[in-house]
Amino acid sequence: MGKITERLQNGIIKENPTFVQMLGMCPTLAVTTSAINGLGMGLTTTVILTMSNLMIAALRRWIPDKVRIPAFIVIIASFVTMVQFALQAYIPSLNASLGLFIPLIVVNCIILGRAEAYASKNPVIPSVFDGIGMGLGFTIGLTTIGIIREVLGAGSIFGYTFMDNLNTYIGENAPAKVVQFLQDQGLFEPIGIFISAPGAFIVLAFIIAFINHRNIKKAKLQGTQPKLCKLADCASCQNLMCQGSKKSFEENKAEEE
Amino acid sequence: MKLILLAISAALVNNVILSQFMGICPFLGVSKKVNTAAGMGGAVIFVMTIASTVTALIYNFVLVPLDLEYLNTIVFILVIAALVQFVEMFLKKAIPSLYQSLGVYLPLITTNCAVLGIALKNVQDGLSILASVVNGFASAVGFAIAIIIMAGIREKIEHNDVPESFKGAPIVLISAGLMAIAFMGLSGLI
Repeated sequence: MGKITERLQNGIIKENPTFVQMLGMCPTLAVTTSAINGLGMGLTTTVILTMSNLMIAALRRWIPDKVRIPAFIVIIASFVTMVQFALQAYIPSLNASLGLFIPLIVVNCIILGRAEAYASKNPVIPSVFDGIGMGLGFTIGLTTIGIIREVLGAGSIFGYTFMDNLNTYIGENAPAKVVQFLQDQGLFEPIGIFISAPGAFIVLAFIIAFINHRNIKKAKLQGTQPKLCKLADCASCQNLMCQGSKKSFEENKAEEE
Repeated sequence: MKLILLAISAALVNNVILSQFMGICPFLGVSKKVNTAAGMGGAVIFVMTIASTVTALIYNFVLVPLDLEYLNTIVFILVIAALVQFVEMFLKKAIPSLYQSLGVYLPLITTNCAVLGIALKNVQDGLSILASVVNGFASAVGFAIAIIIMAGIREKIEHNDVPESFKGAPIVLISAGLMAIAFMGLSGLI
Protein backbone atom coordinates (compact mmCIF):
# COMPACT_ATOMS: atom_id res chain seq x y z
CA MET A 1 0.00 0.00 0.00
CA GLY A 2 2.79 2.38 0.96
CA LYS A 3 4.42 1.78 -2.38
CA ILE A 4 1.24 2.74 -4.22
CA THR A 5 0.75 6.07 -2.47
CA GLU A 6 4.47 6.75 -2.83
CA ARG A 7 4.21 6.22 -6.61
CA LEU A 8 1.14 8.43 -6.91
CA GLN A 9 2.74 11.19 -4.87
CA ASN A 10 5.95 10.91 -6.84
CA GLY A 11 4.14 11.42 -10.13
CA ILE A 12 1.79 14.16 -9.04
CA ILE A 13 4.12 16.30 -6.94
CA LYS A 14 7.75 15.30 -6.61
CA GLU A 15 8.47 14.55 -10.24
CA ASN A 16 5.54 16.37 -11.83
CA PRO A 17 6.19 15.90 -15.55
CA THR A 18 5.05 19.38 -16.57
CA PHE A 19 6.38 21.70 -13.89
CA VAL A 20 9.37 19.80 -12.50
CA GLN A 21 10.68 17.66 -15.33
CA MET A 22 9.40 19.81 -18.20
CA LEU A 23 8.66 16.80 -20.37
CA GLY A 24 6.08 16.54 -23.12
CA MET A 25 6.22 20.23 -23.90
CA CYS A 26 4.59 19.94 -27.33
CA PRO A 27 1.10 18.91 -26.16
CA THR A 28 1.49 21.06 -23.05
CA LEU A 29 1.76 24.19 -25.14
CA ALA A 30 -0.40 23.19 -28.08
CA VAL A 31 -3.67 21.90 -26.68
CA THR A 32 -4.10 24.05 -23.57
CA THR A 33 -6.17 26.72 -25.29
CA SER A 34 -9.00 25.84 -22.91
CA ALA A 35 -9.30 24.01 -19.62
CA ILE A 36 -11.39 21.22 -21.09
CA ASN A 37 -8.85 20.52 -23.82
CA GLY A 38 -6.05 20.39 -21.26
CA LEU A 39 -8.05 17.99 -19.11
CA GLY A 40 -8.95 15.81 -22.11
CA MET A 41 -5.37 15.59 -23.31
CA GLY A 42 -4.13 14.85 -19.79
CA LEU A 43 -6.62 12.04 -19.24
CA THR A 44 -5.99 10.55 -22.69
CA THR A 45 -2.27 10.49 -21.93
CA THR A 46 -2.95 8.99 -18.49
CA VAL A 47 -4.94 6.13 -20.00
CA ILE A 48 -2.25 5.38 -22.58
CA LEU A 49 0.56 5.69 -20.05
CA THR A 50 -1.16 3.33 -17.61
CA MET A 51 -1.89 0.72 -20.27
CA SER A 52 1.58 0.87 -21.77
CA ASN A 53 3.20 0.66 -18.32
CA LEU A 54 1.02 -2.36 -17.52
CA MET A 55 1.90 -4.12 -20.76
CA ILE A 56 5.60 -3.33 -20.61
CA ALA A 57 5.89 -4.37 -16.96
CA ALA A 58 4.08 -7.62 -17.74
CA LEU A 59 6.34 -8.36 -20.70
CA ARG A 60 9.56 -7.11 -19.16
CA ARG A 61 11.15 -10.57 -18.88
CA TRP A 62 10.41 -11.44 -22.50
CA ILE A 63 11.52 -8.28 -24.25
CA PRO A 64 15.16 -8.67 -25.29
CA ASP A 65 17.30 -5.83 -24.05
CA LYS A 66 18.68 -4.91 -27.45
CA VAL A 67 15.38 -4.32 -29.17
CA ARG A 68 13.50 -2.99 -26.18
CA ILE A 69 13.10 0.56 -27.52
CA PRO A 70 11.41 -0.47 -30.80
CA ALA A 71 9.30 -2.94 -28.83
CA PHE A 72 8.17 -0.20 -26.44
CA ILE A 73 7.36 2.06 -29.38
CA VAL A 74 5.20 -0.60 -31.01
CA ILE A 75 3.32 -1.22 -27.75
CA ILE A 76 2.78 2.50 -27.16
CA ALA A 77 1.76 3.16 -30.77
CA SER A 78 -0.78 0.32 -30.66
CA PHE A 79 -2.41 1.73 -27.53
CA VAL A 80 -2.41 5.21 -29.03
CA THR A 81 -4.19 3.91 -32.13
CA MET A 82 -6.77 2.09 -30.01
CA VAL A 83 -7.44 5.13 -27.83
CA GLN A 84 -7.70 7.30 -30.93
CA PHE A 85 -10.43 5.02 -32.31
CA ALA A 86 -12.25 5.05 -28.97
CA LEU A 87 -12.19 8.86 -28.93
CA GLN A 88 -13.36 9.06 -32.55
CA ALA A 89 -16.29 6.83 -31.67
CA TYR A 90 -17.36 8.15 -28.29
CA ILE A 91 -16.01 11.72 -27.84
CA PRO A 92 -15.68 13.07 -31.40
CA SER A 93 -15.63 16.69 -30.20
CA LEU A 94 -12.51 16.09 -28.08
CA ASN A 95 -10.93 14.16 -30.93
CA ALA A 96 -11.54 17.09 -33.25
CA SER A 97 -10.10 19.69 -30.89
CA LEU A 98 -6.98 17.68 -30.00
CA GLY A 99 -6.49 16.65 -33.61
CA LEU A 100 -2.97 15.73 -34.60
CA PHE A 101 -1.76 15.68 -31.01
CA ILE A 102 -3.45 12.37 -30.24
CA PRO A 103 -1.27 10.32 -32.61
CA LEU A 104 1.67 12.44 -31.46
CA ILE A 105 1.31 10.98 -27.95
CA VAL A 106 3.51 8.19 -29.39
CA VAL A 107 6.52 10.48 -29.29
CA ASN A 108 5.64 12.03 -25.93
CA CYS A 109 8.80 11.79 -23.86
CA ILE A 110 6.89 11.02 -20.67
CA ILE A 111 5.55 7.68 -21.91
CA LEU A 112 8.77 6.27 -23.34
CA GLY A 113 10.63 7.76 -20.39
CA ARG A 114 8.45 5.96 -17.83
CA ALA A 115 8.62 2.72 -19.80
CA GLU A 116 12.39 2.87 -19.82
CA ALA A 117 12.96 4.25 -16.33
CA TYR A 118 10.31 2.38 -14.36
CA ALA A 119 8.01 -0.11 -16.04
CA SER A 120 10.76 -2.16 -17.65
CA LYS A 121 12.37 -2.80 -14.27
CA ASN A 122 9.44 -3.13 -11.85
CA PRO A 123 6.49 -5.46 -11.24
CA VAL A 124 3.08 -4.81 -12.75
CA ILE A 125 1.17 -3.20 -9.87
CA PRO A 126 3.66 -0.48 -8.93
CA SER A 127 4.14 0.23 -12.66
CA VAL A 128 0.40 0.75 -13.15
CA PHE A 129 0.28 3.19 -10.26
CA ASP A 130 3.41 4.89 -11.50
CA GLY A 131 1.57 5.43 -14.79
CA ILE A 132 -1.54 6.72 -13.04
CA GLY A 133 0.51 9.07 -10.85
CA MET A 134 2.57 10.48 -13.70
CA GLY A 135 -0.52 10.78 -15.87
CA LEU A 136 -2.44 12.65 -13.19
CA GLY A 137 0.56 14.93 -12.63
CA PHE A 138 0.54 15.70 -16.35
CA THR A 139 -3.24 16.20 -16.29
CA ILE A 140 -2.97 18.66 -13.40
CA GLY A 141 -0.25 20.57 -15.22
CA LEU A 142 -2.22 20.81 -18.46
CA THR A 143 -5.49 21.70 -16.74
CA THR A 144 -3.82 24.46 -14.71
CA ILE A 145 -2.32 26.01 -17.83
CA GLY A 146 -5.63 25.54 -19.65
CA ILE A 147 -7.62 27.28 -16.91
CA ILE A 148 -5.24 30.25 -16.79
CA ARG A 149 -5.25 30.66 -20.56
CA GLU A 150 -9.01 30.29 -20.86
CA VAL A 151 -9.74 32.79 -18.09
CA LEU A 152 -7.35 35.37 -19.49
CA GLY A 153 -7.98 34.75 -23.15
CA ALA A 154 -11.68 33.99 -23.41
CA GLY A 155 -13.06 35.15 -20.06
CA SER A 156 -14.58 31.77 -19.34
CA ILE A 157 -13.73 28.66 -17.36
CA PHE A 158 -14.49 25.12 -18.61
CA GLY A 159 -16.65 26.85 -21.21
CA TYR A 160 -18.79 28.79 -18.72
CA THR A 161 -18.63 32.49 -19.38
CA PHE A 162 -18.57 34.73 -16.33
CA MET A 163 -20.95 37.13 -17.98
CA ASP A 164 -23.62 34.53 -18.66
CA ASN A 165 -23.51 33.37 -15.07
CA LEU A 166 -23.83 36.91 -13.78
CA ASN A 167 -26.88 37.25 -15.97
CA THR A 168 -28.58 34.20 -14.50
CA TYR A 169 -27.66 34.83 -10.89
CA ILE A 170 -28.08 38.56 -10.44
CA GLY A 171 -30.84 39.46 -12.86
CA GLU A 172 -31.05 41.24 -16.15
CA ASN A 173 -30.07 44.83 -15.54
CA ALA A 174 -27.46 44.66 -12.83
CA PRO A 175 -24.90 42.70 -14.85
CA ALA A 176 -25.02 45.17 -17.70
CA LYS A 177 -23.75 47.83 -15.32
CA VAL A 178 -21.17 45.48 -13.84
CA VAL A 179 -19.95 44.52 -17.30
CA GLN A 180 -19.81 48.14 -18.38
CA PHE A 181 -17.85 49.01 -15.25
CA LEU A 182 -15.41 46.12 -15.64
CA GLN A 183 -14.89 46.83 -19.32
CA ASP A 184 -14.32 50.51 -18.62
CA GLN A 185 -11.70 49.48 -16.11
CA GLY A 186 -10.30 47.04 -18.62
CA LEU A 187 -10.67 44.21 -16.11
CA PHE A 188 -12.72 41.56 -17.87
CA GLU A 189 -11.83 42.31 -21.43
CA PRO A 190 -10.57 38.94 -22.70
CA ILE A 191 -6.99 39.16 -23.95
CA GLY A 192 -7.08 37.20 -27.19
CA ILE A 193 -3.34 36.64 -27.33
CA PHE A 194 -3.55 34.14 -24.47
CA ILE A 195 -5.53 31.60 -26.44
CA SER A 196 -3.35 32.01 -29.51
CA ALA A 197 0.11 30.50 -29.84
CA PRO A 198 2.29 33.10 -28.03
CA GLY A 199 0.12 32.99 -24.91
CA ALA A 200 1.10 29.37 -24.28
CA PHE A 201 4.79 30.22 -23.98
CA ILE A 202 4.16 33.26 -21.80
CA VAL A 203 1.77 31.55 -19.36
CA LEU A 204 4.13 28.58 -18.90
CA ALA A 205 7.05 30.99 -18.40
CA PHE A 206 5.23 32.79 -15.59
CA ILE A 207 4.13 29.57 -13.89
CA ILE A 208 7.70 28.28 -13.85
CA ALA A 209 9.02 31.64 -12.70
CA PHE A 210 6.50 31.52 -9.83
CA ILE A 211 7.67 28.03 -8.82
CA ASN A 212 11.29 29.17 -9.05
CA HIS A 213 10.50 32.20 -6.92
CA ARG A 214 9.03 30.02 -4.19
CA ASN A 215 11.97 27.65 -4.31
CA ILE A 216 14.44 30.52 -4.05
CA LYS A 217 12.58 31.95 -1.06
CA LYS A 218 12.49 28.57 0.67
CA ALA A 219 16.17 28.00 -0.01
CA LYS A 220 17.07 31.42 1.38
CA LEU A 221 15.20 30.68 4.59
CA GLN A 222 16.98 27.37 4.97
CA GLY A 223 20.28 28.77 3.75
CA THR A 224 20.62 26.14 1.02
CA GLN A 225 21.15 26.32 -2.72
CA PRO A 226 17.83 26.92 -4.51
CA LYS A 227 16.58 24.13 -6.76
CA LEU A 228 15.75 25.93 -9.99
CA CYS A 229 13.63 24.43 -12.70
CA LYS A 230 15.93 23.56 -15.55
CA LEU A 231 15.11 22.88 -19.16
CA ALA A 232 14.76 19.15 -19.45
CA ASP A 233 17.63 17.47 -21.13
CA CYS A 234 15.23 16.05 -23.67
CA ALA A 235 18.18 14.68 -25.46
CA SER A 236 18.69 12.02 -22.83
CA CYS A 237 15.22 10.73 -23.47
CA GLN A 238 15.43 11.00 -27.22
CA ASN A 239 18.75 9.29 -27.41
CA LEU A 240 17.25 6.16 -25.93
CA MET A 241 15.22 5.60 -29.03
CA CYS A 242 18.05 5.09 -31.45
CA GLN A 243 21.04 4.07 -29.51
CA GLY A 244 19.59 2.33 -26.51
CA SER A 245 22.23 4.05 -24.44
CA LYS A 246 21.65 6.50 -21.67
CA LYS A 247 24.38 8.87 -22.80
CA SER A 248 23.11 12.40 -22.79
CA PHE A 249 23.42 14.66 -25.77
CA GLU A 250 26.20 16.71 -24.20
CA GLU A 251 28.31 13.62 -23.53
CA ASN A 252 27.87 12.49 -27.09
CA LYS A 253 28.85 15.87 -28.36
CA ALA A 254 31.93 15.95 -26.15
CA GLU A 255 32.91 12.50 -27.36
CA GLU A 256 32.50 13.56 -30.94
CA GLU A 257 34.81 16.49 -30.44
CA MET B 1 2.60 28.29 -57.89
CA LYS B 2 0.49 26.25 -55.51
CA LEU B 3 3.63 24.51 -54.27
CA ILE B 4 5.40 27.83 -53.66
CA LEU B 5 2.46 29.06 -51.63
CA LEU B 6 2.44 25.77 -49.71
CA ALA B 7 6.15 26.17 -48.98
CA ILE B 8 5.84 29.75 -47.75
CA SER B 9 2.88 28.83 -45.61
CA ALA B 10 4.69 25.85 -44.07
CA ALA B 11 7.96 27.66 -43.44
CA LEU B 12 6.77 31.03 -42.18
CA VAL B 13 3.06 31.46 -41.65
CA ASN B 14 2.33 28.11 -40.00
CA ASN B 15 5.79 27.69 -38.54
CA VAL B 16 6.10 24.17 -37.04
CA ILE B 17 7.43 25.41 -33.73
CA LEU B 18 5.89 28.79 -33.17
CA SER B 19 2.39 28.20 -34.37
CA GLN B 20 1.93 24.42 -34.44
CA PHE B 21 4.01 23.55 -31.36
CA MET B 22 5.75 20.55 -32.82
CA GLY B 23 9.41 19.96 -31.97
CA ILE B 24 9.43 22.16 -28.87
CA CYS B 25 11.86 19.80 -27.10
CA PRO B 26 14.88 20.36 -29.36
CA PHE B 27 13.83 23.98 -29.79
CA LEU B 28 14.27 24.57 -26.06
CA GLY B 29 16.97 21.98 -25.43
CA VAL B 30 19.46 22.47 -28.27
CA SER B 31 19.27 26.23 -28.76
CA LYS B 32 22.05 27.43 -26.45
CA LYS B 33 24.56 28.24 -29.18
CA VAL B 34 24.04 29.35 -32.76
CA ASN B 35 26.30 26.73 -34.33
CA THR B 36 24.71 23.81 -32.46
CA ALA B 37 21.30 25.18 -33.41
CA ALA B 38 22.37 25.45 -37.04
CA GLY B 39 23.60 21.83 -36.93
CA MET B 40 20.30 20.67 -35.50
CA GLY B 41 18.41 22.71 -38.08
CA GLY B 42 20.45 21.18 -40.91
CA ALA B 43 19.90 17.66 -39.62
CA VAL B 44 16.16 18.24 -39.29
CA ILE B 45 15.94 19.60 -42.86
CA PHE B 46 17.77 16.52 -44.11
CA VAL B 47 15.75 13.94 -42.16
CA MET B 48 12.35 15.59 -42.47
CA THR B 49 12.59 15.85 -46.27
CA ILE B 50 13.55 12.19 -46.58
CA ALA B 51 10.99 11.10 -43.99
CA SER B 52 8.15 12.99 -45.68
CA THR B 53 9.07 11.43 -49.00
CA VAL B 54 9.32 7.88 -47.67
CA THR B 55 6.17 8.05 -45.54
CA ALA B 56 4.17 9.55 -48.41
CA LEU B 57 5.37 6.75 -50.70
CA ILE B 58 4.58 4.05 -48.15
CA TYR B 59 1.16 5.50 -47.44
CA ASN B 60 0.18 5.78 -51.08
CA PHE B 61 1.68 2.55 -52.40
CA VAL B 62 1.47 0.18 -49.43
CA LEU B 63 -1.12 1.25 -46.87
CA VAL B 64 -3.82 2.52 -49.22
CA PRO B 65 -3.85 -0.51 -51.55
CA LEU B 66 -3.98 -2.83 -48.53
CA ASP B 67 -6.72 -0.80 -46.78
CA LEU B 68 -4.48 -0.37 -43.76
CA GLU B 69 -4.65 3.43 -43.48
CA TYR B 70 -5.53 3.19 -39.80
CA LEU B 71 -2.10 1.75 -39.02
CA ASN B 72 -0.37 4.94 -40.15
CA THR B 73 0.81 6.05 -36.70
CA ILE B 74 2.55 2.74 -35.92
CA VAL B 75 4.02 2.36 -39.40
CA PHE B 76 5.27 5.93 -39.65
CA ILE B 77 7.06 5.98 -36.29
CA LEU B 78 8.83 2.69 -37.04
CA VAL B 79 9.76 3.87 -40.54
CA ILE B 80 11.13 7.13 -39.17
CA ALA B 81 13.14 5.37 -36.44
CA ALA B 82 14.63 2.93 -38.96
CA LEU B 83 15.21 5.68 -41.48
CA VAL B 84 17.19 7.79 -39.05
CA GLN B 85 19.40 4.80 -38.28
CA PHE B 86 19.97 4.19 -41.99
CA VAL B 87 20.73 7.83 -42.70
CA GLU B 88 23.24 7.80 -39.89
CA MET B 89 24.98 4.65 -41.14
CA PHE B 90 24.92 5.87 -44.73
CA LEU B 91 26.39 9.27 -43.89
CA LYS B 92 29.09 7.71 -41.74
CA LYS B 93 30.26 5.54 -44.64
CA ALA B 94 29.55 7.69 -47.68
CA ILE B 95 29.83 11.35 -46.73
CA PRO B 96 31.99 11.54 -43.60
CA SER B 97 32.29 15.34 -43.80
CA LEU B 98 28.50 15.78 -43.60
CA TYR B 99 28.37 13.15 -40.84
CA GLN B 100 30.92 15.20 -38.90
CA SER B 101 28.63 18.19 -38.84
CA LEU B 102 25.22 16.50 -38.53
CA GLY B 103 26.00 13.12 -36.96
CA VAL B 104 25.46 13.92 -33.30
CA TYR B 105 22.06 15.44 -33.97
CA LEU B 106 20.62 12.54 -35.91
CA PRO B 107 19.69 10.27 -32.97
CA LEU B 108 17.87 13.20 -31.39
CA ILE B 109 15.54 13.51 -34.32
CA THR B 110 13.61 10.24 -34.07
CA THR B 111 11.41 11.47 -31.27
CA ASN B 112 11.29 15.00 -32.57
CA CYS B 113 7.55 15.09 -32.87
CA ALA B 114 7.78 17.48 -35.81
CA VAL B 115 8.97 14.68 -38.10
CA LEU B 116 6.10 12.33 -37.23
CA GLY B 117 3.71 15.28 -36.99
CA ILE B 118 4.43 16.53 -40.49
CA ALA B 119 4.24 13.00 -41.93
CA LEU B 120 0.80 12.52 -40.36
CA LYS B 121 -0.33 16.00 -41.34
CA ASN B 122 0.58 15.34 -44.99
CA VAL B 123 -1.74 12.35 -44.92
CA GLN B 124 -4.48 14.17 -43.02
CA ASP B 125 -4.47 17.09 -45.44
CA GLY B 126 -4.53 14.68 -48.38
CA LEU B 127 -1.41 16.12 -50.01
CA SER B 128 0.01 14.49 -53.11
CA ILE B 129 3.47 12.89 -52.92
CA LEU B 130 5.22 15.90 -54.45
CA ALA B 131 3.33 18.30 -52.18
CA SER B 132 4.26 16.15 -49.18
CA VAL B 133 7.95 16.43 -50.04
CA VAL B 134 7.69 20.20 -50.46
CA ASN B 135 5.72 20.52 -47.24
CA GLY B 136 8.28 18.41 -45.34
CA PHE B 137 11.22 20.41 -46.65
CA ALA B 138 9.59 23.80 -46.07
CA SER B 139 8.42 22.91 -42.55
CA ALA B 140 11.95 21.82 -41.70
CA VAL B 141 13.30 25.11 -43.06
CA GLY B 142 10.82 26.87 -40.79
CA PHE B 143 12.13 24.79 -37.88
CA ALA B 144 15.72 25.75 -38.73
CA ILE B 145 14.85 29.45 -38.98
CA ALA B 146 13.10 29.44 -35.61
CA ILE B 147 15.79 27.47 -33.75
CA ILE B 148 18.63 29.60 -35.15
CA ILE B 149 16.90 32.89 -34.26
CA MET B 150 16.21 31.47 -30.79
CA ALA B 151 19.86 30.53 -30.31
CA GLY B 152 20.91 34.04 -31.36
CA ILE B 153 18.57 35.54 -28.79
CA ARG B 154 19.75 33.16 -26.07
CA GLU B 155 23.39 34.06 -26.70
CA LYS B 156 22.47 37.69 -26.07
CA ILE B 157 20.37 36.83 -22.98
CA GLU B 158 23.50 35.34 -21.38
CA HIS B 159 24.90 38.85 -20.98
CA ASN B 160 21.75 40.37 -19.56
CA ASP B 161 20.67 40.80 -15.99
CA VAL B 162 17.64 38.53 -15.78
CA PRO B 163 15.62 38.47 -12.52
CA GLU B 164 16.64 35.44 -10.50
CA SER B 165 13.34 33.58 -10.72
CA PHE B 166 13.21 34.08 -14.50
CA LYS B 167 16.67 32.59 -15.13
CA GLY B 168 16.77 29.44 -17.24
CA ALA B 169 13.52 28.12 -18.64
CA PRO B 170 11.15 31.07 -18.02
CA ILE B 171 13.13 33.70 -19.90
CA VAL B 172 13.63 31.30 -22.80
CA LEU B 173 9.88 30.66 -22.93
CA ILE B 174 9.12 34.39 -22.84
CA SER B 175 11.54 34.99 -25.72
CA ALA B 176 9.80 32.19 -27.60
CA GLY B 177 6.45 33.84 -26.89
CA LEU B 178 7.68 37.17 -28.28
CA MET B 179 9.04 35.37 -31.34
CA ALA B 180 5.66 33.73 -31.83
CA ILE B 181 4.00 37.15 -31.73
CA ALA B 182 6.46 38.36 -34.35
CA PHE B 183 5.72 35.35 -36.54
CA MET B 184 1.99 35.97 -36.23
CA GLY B 185 2.67 39.17 -38.18
CA LEU B 186 3.69 37.03 -41.15
CA SER B 187 0.18 35.66 -41.52
CA GLY B 188 -0.60 38.52 -43.90
CA LEU B 189 1.83 37.02 -46.43
CA ILE B 190 -0.73 34.66 -47.90
